Amino acid sequence: MSAPARVHLDGVVALLGTFPALSGFSLTVPTPEVVILRGPNGAGKSTVLNVCSGLVPVQRGTVQILGSNIRVDRRSVRKHLGFLGHRTGLYDDLSVEQNVQLAARASQANIALVGPTLSRVGCDGRLAKLGVAHLSAGQRRRVALASLMVRRVPLWLLDEPHAALDTDGRDLLDEVIREAAVDGTTVLMATHDLDRADRLADRVVTIVGGRVVANDAVAHVS
Amino acid sequence: MMRWPMFRDAAFVFAKDARIELRAKVTLRQVAPFVVSLLVLFGLAFDRLLVKDTAIADVRVDELPLAFVGPGIYWLGVLFSLVLLVQRSVSIETEDGAGTQLRLWGLDPAGVFLGKAGVVVMQLLFIQVLLCVGLIAMFDLQMTEPLLLVSVSVLATVGLAAVGSCYGALSAGLRVRETLLPVLLLPVTVPVLLAAVQAWQRALTGDVDSAWPWARILFVFVVVYVAFGILSYGALMEES
Amino acid sequence: MKSQMSWFLGVASVLLLGVVTVLTFSTPSPDFVQGEAARLIYVHPATAWASYAAFGTTTFAAVMWLWPRTRRIGWDHIAGASAHIGTMFLAMTLVLGAIWGRPTWGVWFRLRDARMASTLVMLLMYFGVLTLRQLPAAPDVRARRTALAALLASVNVPIVHFSVQWWDTLHQKATLAKPEKPTIEGLPLTIMLLSFVAFTVTFCWLMVHRTRIERWNDQLFNGDVESAIVARQREGAGSLAASGLTPGGLR
Repeated sequence: MSAPARVHLDGVVALLGTFPALSGFSLTVPTPEVVILRGPNGAGKSTVLNVCSGLVPVQRGTVQILGSNIRVDRRSVRKHLGFLGHRTGLYDDLSVEQNVQLAARASQANIALVGPTLSRVGCDGRLAKLGVAHLSAGQRRRVALASLMVRRVPLWLLDEPHAALDTDGRDLLDEVIREAAVDGTTVLMATHDLDRADRLADRVVTIVGGRVVANDAVAHVS
Repeated sequence: MMRWPMFRDAAFVFAKDARIELRAKVTLRQVAPFVVSLLVLFGLAFDRLLVKDTAIADVRVDELPLAFVGPGIYWLGVLFSLVLLVQRSVSIETEDGAGTQLRLWGLDPAGVFLGKAGVVVMQLLFIQVLLCVGLIAMFDLQMTEPLLLVSVSVLATVGLAAVGSCYGALSAGLRVRETLLPVLLLPVTVPVLLAAVQAWQRALTGDVDSAWPWARILFVFVVVYVAFGILSYGALMEES
Repeated sequence: MKSQMSWFLGVASVLLLGVVTVLTFSTPSPDFVQGEAARLIYVHPATAWASYAAFGTTTFAAVMWLWPRTRRIGWDHIAGASAHIGTMFLAMTLVLGAIWGRPTWGVWFRLRDARMASTLVMLLMYFGVLTLRQLPAAPDVRARRTALAALLASVNVPIVHFSVQWWDTLHQKATLAKPEKPTIEGLPLTIMLLSFVAFTVTFCWLMVHRTRIERWNDQLFNGDVESAIVARQREGAGSLAASGLTPGGLR
């Protein structure tokens, strides 16, 4: 028996208020791979990620994430996915280290991983003890990435993750995504940074008007 | 219903919110001064009722009205503090999408409810200690029957924290949250307020036997509101 | 079927209310102290009953919507309609009670009276429910908010009913819930019971119409959404046509 598709959306209509952000969206990601979502502003890229995480309800269609129906098993599905959105989801009154520890504890992940993860993203040492409120936007993005990494989940949903990062930060993020993909993580990433995306992607999905208009595999030249 | 993940997640959320409160000290730096200001304002507004041995046109006003007005002032102070503390509990989660991450971690919603309500209970109890000290120091209120007063306080506090946390979650995602939360929350707290004030008045006037039934009524409210929160917090969280 | 039912209910409601009105004014003035205001005894409890029936309906519909197996948008229409109608009847109850209370007790409204206070609080709570319902939202979001807020408010409903027993205050003890010896009897009792029937029928009639309005509002919303979906799909159709792909986007 074959493993269920990592992500399966079929004929999804999702509303933001009265606006149909997705108007019959269909996409299947059968195996772990890096899938780039591209399209103009307002195409529905962020909404796809929000639907996959159950943050936006679906009016019509099917959403199966890691083999489970997100509408029925929302909480158990969420334990196995990580979301890096426009907002970092950090607690301003806690330190960098405390925020990442929270993410680890929430997922019953190994707390010992927090230190090495913070080192990996360049937020260790003095920075780890600093309150998140004192960080720059780029530093907050790195801490949010660390919170995602420490949870060791099989599905990553990334909404324009390169935003606010400097060149080093973007390179770091690309490395982290490649490493995660090698480990078998499925990555769905919405981005406007197409040069970087094309180097990372196994597949590029183009979205316009809330639907897929192109779905192309990318051949990587080694 | 009494399952381990709920208590584990409750402890997790309680520890998170408590740590945030210990760092930010909102209860100490903002709510406590607010409550002291409230006591002063009430003292000025009801001065003749609160000052002992005052003669008004040769008629002596003794401390009996204080035993009736004092509990009212006390519990109004608790209610106004509840609104501030619930707003704060909600704003912790709405800053930079932290509450969204909390949902995305897949925590047991009942556990999240118990954890958040638990921190509000701690904060409200701290405020009530301040209110007691204020009423004793400013108005010389005699706190007779302390066991009854404390029992009623604890029960009422748990009920208020539970219903406050429910409405906080319901209003969290709304743009008009700051004005809508008091409109939604305060009327629902009236039964708890009435029972607590009645119990305290009877305790302070020595009518202890008729005070305990009010504590039993409060217990029923606590059971109802806590059960509602445990059963419905998942749906309430998805509102925001 | 539905317009027949609403026609029947409407006619029955008008007739019954008419009969109650005629009987009310045809009896002699029931009380020396209260004077003509005493006739409100035939109406005031009935409007209170209608509001309780409405809020009971709201609570039931809320539970039915929240329970996944019975979740249908129709339950939200019923919850919303009954919340509106119940709030109207409750406001009427308070106003009629105030008009009655003035000659009887010398006050329009006495917050110290447990039932008056509880009823006013209940009115405030359901205003809150209606305020939440008015906020712009998709039907299922609105339905969930309404259901949860209505359930939270419904905890207070038994308090209103039992407040007369819990607090020994100004309000008249329950008149009809003492089967061994009701304090009113004969023709006045008949008029009061008829008034209960009349207001119940009126409540049902209003429910049919208000539920219909709720349903039409959602149909308008859904119609707007359908047009919006078509317009949205056209945004991508140009790119789709140019690329020669199927809507699924796979070659």
